[in-house]
Amino acid sequence: MTETGEPEIDLLSHYARSLGIEVSGFEDGVPVLCVSGIDAIEGRPGHFHGGATSGLMETAAYALLRLALHERGEQAQLKPINITVQFLAAAKKEPLFAKARITKLGRRSANVTVEAWQEERDRPRASAVMNVMIARSEPEAT
Amino acid sequence: MEKEAPHRDPANVFDPEKAAPFLFAGGHPGWLGLTYLGHGEDWTEIRLPWREELMGDDVRRVIASGPIFSMLDMGGGIAIWTRARRFVPIATLDMRVDYQRPAGERADVIARCECYRTTRSAAFVRGIAHDGDPDDPVATMAAVYMTIGDFNPAGAKND
Repeated sequence: MTETGEPEIDLLSHYARSLGIEVSGFEDGVPVLCVSGIDAIEGRPGHFHGGATSGLMETAAYALLRLALHERGEQAQLKPINITVQFLAAAKKEPLFAKARITKLGRRSANVTVEAWQEERDRPRASAVMNVMIARSEPEAT
Repeated sequence: MEKEAPHRDPANVFDPEKAAPFLFAGGHPGWLGLTYLGHGEDWTEIRLPWREELMGDDVRRVIASGPIFSMLDMGGGIAIWTRARRFVPIATLDMRVDYQRPAGERADVIARCECYRTTRSAAFVRGIAHDGDPDDPVATMAAVYMTIGDFNPAGAKND
């Protein structure tokens, strides 16, 4: 961790950065991600496209997994297995936040849940469950 | 402007080919760069062109899972309007995507979505994403959409 509390690894993919997703802060070491109400996220006029909401939640899950593996000193490549998204309420075209929780971090896969919210945190706009494949780089045998 | 676009007029028969330029003009679909490929009675096919900004990591030059999810969500909606033969406001309720393999390097990804059932207030969709061979999918999806309104208002024919 640096003095600002930011980890020294890259938490965002090309895709996440070009969509305008940012790390807005950390809560107990867990990254909170945010995307503002820009045109690139709009679906129905004035609202988020479900795909943009899902993209933010997926990015929050990968960011947390990358961080957790980094903190354990492990090198691994993450690959998506699946995602199930519940769209609970229309997200308005204004900042949307997402935070993930690791339910299981196993040898070969992880299970992660994510929630996305706007001004009222206890009324999430969407939630997701994801399974992610963890391809660890094995130390070479000598 | 969006609210005056002809495909949104419930009196018009929904034609995905004619609606595509409006649906893909801006917002998230425009940012993705989606284009129309084809359709049948209850299915549609759309394309997500490869570009660097959509990459998921630095290791493999392939489209990330997020844009594929977005395209399948969009393709599902268009399949519903195609089957209903008119535009009905809808919202995705629940959607699942299983990623079977990464897309090819620098490959475009194609979504083929089929609306196999509609009820008064819900529509059911299944679909695949592939990068050239529909028999070797990149991903499969299943989703339920809810109508904001009614598929079968008084006077409309039942299906």
